[in-house]
Amino acid sequence: MSGTFLGMPSFPKNAEKALQDSQLRYNLRKATHTIRAKRATVVEELPDWLELRAAGKAIKDETLRHLDRYLLQVEEAVTKAGGHVHWASDADEANEIVTGLVRATGQTEVVKVKSMVTQEIGLNEALAKEGITAYETDLAELIVQLGDDWPSHILVPAIHRNRSEIREIFLEHMAEWGRPAPDDLGDDPRMLADAARLHLRERFLSTKVGISGANFVIAETGTLVVLESEGNGRMCLTLPETLISVVGIEKLLPTWRDLEVFLQLLPRSSTGERMNPYTSMWTGATEGQDFHLVLLDNGRTKVLADEIGRQALRCIRCSACLNVCPVYERVGGHAYGSVYPGPIGAILTPQLRGMESPLDASLPYASSLCGACYDVCPVAIDIPEVLVHLRSKAPHGPAERLGLKAAGWVLDKPVRLERAQRLATRFRGLVPKRRLPGPGAAWTDTRDVPPVPEESFRDWWDRTEGGSR
Amino acid sequence: MRVALFVTCVNDTLFPGTGKAVVTLLRRLGCEVEFPAGQTCCGQMHVNTGYRDEGVRLARQFLEVFSGYDAVVVPSGSCAAMVREQYPKLAAGMGATRAGAFASAHGGHSPFAEAVAEVTPKVYDLSEFLVDVLGTTDVGAYFPHRVTYHPTCHSLRGLRVGDRPTRLLQNVRGLELTPLPGADECCGFGGTFAVKNAAVSAAMCADKVGNIVATGAEVLCAADNSCLMHIGGTLSRLRTGVRVMHLAEILASTEAER
Amino acid sequence: MSSRDQILSRIRSAVAGAPEVEISRSYQTSGQEAGRVELFAERVRDYRAIVHVVPGDELAATVARALSGRGARRVVVPGGLPEGWLAAVPGLERLRDDPPLSAAELDAADGVITGCAAGIAETGTIVLDAGPGQGRRALTLVPDYHLCVVSADQIVGGVPEAVARLDPVRPQTWISGPSATSDIELNRVEGVHGPRTLEVIITR
Repeated sequence: MSGTFLGMPSFPKNAEKALQDSQLRYNLRKATHTIRAKRATVVEELPDWLELRAAGKAIKDETLRHLDRYLLQVEEAVTKAGGHVHWASDADEANEIVTGLVRATGQTEVVKVKSMVTQEIGLNEALAKEGITAYETDLAELIVQLGDDWPSHILVPAIHRNRSEIREIFLEHMAEWGRPAPDDLGDDPRMLADAARLHLRERFLSTKVGISGANFVIAETGTLVVLESEGNGRMCLTLPETLISVVGIEKLLPTWRDLEVFLQLLPRSSTGERMNPYTSMWTGATEGQDFHLVLLDNGRTKVLADEIGRQALRCIRCSACLNVCPVYERVGGHAYGSVYPGPIGAILTPQLRGMESPLDASLPYASSLCGACYDVCPVAIDIPEVLVHLRSKAPHGPAERLGLKAAGWVLDKPVRLERAQRLATRFRGLVPKRRLPGPGAAWTDTRDVPPVPEESFRDWWDRTEGGSR
Repeated sequence: MRVALFVTCVNDTLFPGTGKAVVTLLRRLGCEVEFPAGQTCCGQMHVNTGYRDEGVRLARQFLEVFSGYDAVVVPSGSCAAMVREQYPKLAAGMGATRAGAFASAHGGHSPFAEAVAEVTPKVYDLSEFLVDVLGTTDVGAYFPHRVTYHPTCHSLRGLRVGDRPTRLLQNVRGLELTPLPGADECCGFGGTFAVKNAAVSAAMCADKVGNIVATGAEVLCAADNSCLMHIGGTLSRLRTGVRVMHLAEILASTEAER
Repeated sequence: MSSRDQILSRIRSAVAGAPEVEISRSYQTSGQEAGRVELFAERVRDYRAIVHVVPGDELAATVARALSGRGARRVVVPGGLPEGWLAAVPGLERLRDDPPLSAAELDAADGVITGCAAGIAETGTIVLDAGPGQGRRALTLVPDYHLCVVSADQIVGGVPEAVARLDPVRPQTWISGPSATSDIELNRVEGVHGPRTLEVIITR
């Protein structure tokens, strides 16, 4: 994954910093609560939501079970339809392929549809090194690019910014990238959207190379599917002479018919709409365009080999789990140090990148296991299950290991627990209510300690024969 | 019917009053309950913190101790959910290497898996046992106070106890139940999350406490003392004057006893 | 080993021995028949598109009113669009896509009028598949105003019926309301890069 986040501290440290930004917390709270309510309304509207969810899960599992076969099918169908298919094992190889394809066109500018996977591989940075400028065209991505910022949400990368911050960014930076923002720009969202329209219009009409990802690729037909709202996607997919789509291998669906499930699951889970404004579907070289499909692994086959962790590959990047997550709501996406933030990021990033860095090792713990993410996931990824699974594989600190092993030893035999309880009871007067030493301080920073009782339950039971004496 | 109480290690050690309340309540409803002395802990903390082997050892112990009962009553949503939701997953993980690879993780044929299949369906959260097994929503309790109820994540989304606890509370004489805004949101406890990510945990609890105080309730009730220890510790630190009580303790209260 | 072979072999070893998956399609595959047109109109309106429901013989007059109401004089007319739809429009300059119009020419047009391949009632979606009277994809993208004619028999109940009816090999654009964004504080704002005004005439 992208090196942008290398060397970041662990999640708790990032989170602590983010929590101090009250503007950020306000923006996130407002946005996540808005989208949560919208999603709930349109999901309740469908009486067969649970059946769609079960089908969505099964279709993705079937895709993964026979991914080799479906990839070959895609390759054949796309090639037959006049497209070119490329295979990339990792980020570097994908970047090389795309850079080479852009170079071959003689162009030095490309327009981009919002795509998670090209962020994952750091494509813009790789293109820049070769003197190619990539222009992000999704409004939120534009805000992130102009503000030299990081995305903090899968669907709405600039969710951490409010309207007045966006206005500032437009006024300050639009001129560096093209047409400047109007001097009298206000902070009304409509005005801001208009400014983005004007800023990008000429670019859309003149740029010769478009780069996209895809939401789905249909194996049997070779059809690519991109869902979007603004029309920037349509601009990038239709107008350029060359289109390059970089797609993670897990984005496949076996059959055309499968779209009847996913075109219901995704928009309702994602933007909380019955349907997103625009969905484009094309097969191979369309309307005279030169079309390239880059199929990317970049760690996905490693995830596929993990029997519990592989369910993360069902993800369709709707971001419903982010929007309901109480942790994400309070700290935002940057704390996760990955283009994939929130609950799905907490299970995807450590699997794609490994858990060598302190940040990646801390991600499986960035959850209270409250289960809200699993409830809303349209493909039923049991995120808490995968978190717990990854925790068992994560490196543990020596002090923690000692503590948990000791607790395990005590709990292993009732007699040991009984002795420990009696010891605690004897010294109950010495337990401070407001300031515990050592790791306990993390508790008493904000919470009092409950008083240790005079007698444990088991001692009471023994003494009174279950209260009958 | 042989009914066993799994009091849980946290209640046993820190909140014996909850265990006593369960015994009082069930006895009042004509149900004798046993306390198998071999019990300690369900293994939740270990499994959820990433110490699977220790957790599995405790799970084995639990299954052995509670085998042969008709019902096991647990006054803790998260411990009941650990047994019912996570034990089958642990079993699947230990079963044939490729079991449950794509379908939901269930199956396996080890002795552990067999014990899981035998014991876990008989494990009930207190409110489930009262409503589903004993078939009552009026336990004859009296508690003349304004109360708000926090459903706790594992009861709500794990066990899916639904409105059982609030139906029980609504039938308590004198009790005024006031709805808690944002009730379904996590309080931020999350076991070791409360110390490993203390700042986020505290921020989540601050919002929970704000909602609790806004209800004007005297008492915050829940069916899990771990969450209550966390929320109660914050309520106490902030000197809000709001008390916390386990559902069992409110349901055990009667007029005679006052 | 090529990356292709490497990826394929990694996949094969990762899933070796995994059980087969059964897909149960117990969800609804057809929507309600009754009130389909009304539901479609209501749902398209929800996206803040302009919607008219008219008898077939009033189509030409409705088209004329819509275009003149908008002041649209130079309008893109895709090949295969029934001439009768434009019969009541006086002084219309028809921009034909033959030879193909440049992006700049499309940008300078006052609007575009098309038919469609299907309408989906439950989601208020119009599907274009570059068939007769629809043209290539750019025609309905660059002009700022899109007038779309949907006949009642093209409207299906839900997404599954639309998917069943469509040909995957044809390039498709599914349109649900005018261009919009929710990127600023997750508030929906209509009108970004695509046509900012979508007007739909449904004929019975």
